[in-house]
Amino acid sequence: MAKFSLPANSKMVPGVTHKAPAGAKRVRNFKIYRWNPDDGKNPQLDNFEIDLDACGPMVLDALIKIKNEVDPSLTFRRSCREGICGSCAMNIDGGNTLACLKPIEECGGDAIKITPLPHMPVLKDLIPDLSHAYAQLRSIEPWMQSDTPPPPDGERMQSKEERAKLDGMWECILCFCCSTACPSYWWNGDRYLGPAVLLAAYRWIADSRDEATGARLDALEDPFKLYRCHTIMNCTETCPKGLNPAKAIAEIKHLMLERQV
Amino acid sequence: MSDVREALMVGRGSTGKPVARPLSPHLQVYRLPLTVILSITHRITGVGLAIGTLVLVWWLIAAASSDAAYALVSWFLRTPVGYLLLFGWSAALWYHFCNGLRHLGWDFGHGFELSQSRASNRMVLIGTVLFTVLTWIIGLAAQ
Repeated sequence: MAKFSLPANSKMVPGVTHKAPAGAKRVRNFKIYRWNPDDGKNPQLDNFEIDLDACGPMVLDALIKIKNEVDPSLTFRRSCREGICGSCAMNIDGGNTLACLKPIEECGGDAIKITPLPHMPVLKDLIPDLSHAYAQLRSIEPWMQSDTPPPPDGERMQSKEERAKLDGMWECILCFCCSTACPSYWWNGDRYLGPAVLLAAYRWIADSRDEATGARLDALEDPFKLYRCHTIMNCTETCPKGLNPAKAIAEIKHLMLERQV
Repeated sequence: MSDVREALMVGRGSTGKPVARPLSPHLQVYRLPLTVILSITHRITGVGLAIGTLVLVWWLIAAASSDAAYALVSWFLRTPVGYLLLFGWSAALWYHFCNGLRHLGWDFGHGFELSQSRASNRMVLIGTVLFTVLTWIIGLAAQ
């Protein structure tokens, strides 16, 4: 059942302010979600004043600057800092995206609010627990399945057209920006697989070399797993890689219908 | 059915002591894009229309039963509240209709590109206003 408000222990309270060094000219406020499993307090929004003249252009640059120079206890995931690893997915300025791909300049408002991916259990600060989402990904068996052995003298071939069907899907980096932007996933994510996992499912359904299409569709034929998608489109709106999970889900629904008639 | 995600709401602090993890903010922080707002509006108008249908049924039954019953409905619908409700239902009907057409397109796999869905956002809103105003111009002129 959808619960629109946060539980009592999850409500955010104002936190501390870290002032910019004296003489800073271009100061921007970053309001960052903090929660520490050890202090027994509610999550708080700490305000960090950052001198943009001494900071890189992306939101991730600001987070790293804060961790290096202001508060080393600030906790967040990051790795490649160039939009390939999907680690630094978070809600920035009201939208899910990768901190490394989000220019500070693109954020509006007086303060840039940064919170973890929405409607997820928080491990610490900006780190959500993704284990449920990963378990869901595991459940769609995201690897190639084929009873036919590959040709003895080479790999399984695809035509250019067959390969082109995978474009827009193989690029997914599994940052889960889309799933955690989906209101349907917020309310029904225990059983609804969510856009990221359904995109991954369709990536294998659409692959000409995969022979498990029927079984894959059977597994998705479920009022919750697939059909909690109501074409809200926030997945496609928010994808930092410009992919289209909503369309992939529609293609799965289409195949479901096609095999019934 | 219980929510399996509940199991992940319990974690441990660095000493191993169990702690209740917070749920990260969702509606509280998300700046919902227009497509999302129109989606929830589709649902709300659907509920509104279901209630409106009851009034339509009331009106039809009254028309079929007696002059007095019909006069009562006619009086009620001509009060300011009645007009407001009728206006709301007509707007909801046209909204639901226009957005329903968009959903029909989506169900056929069309219009999923961001540029297309943003254009259809505008078309749905323009269509709703246009058809609602037309309905009222025609309706009031016919009185």
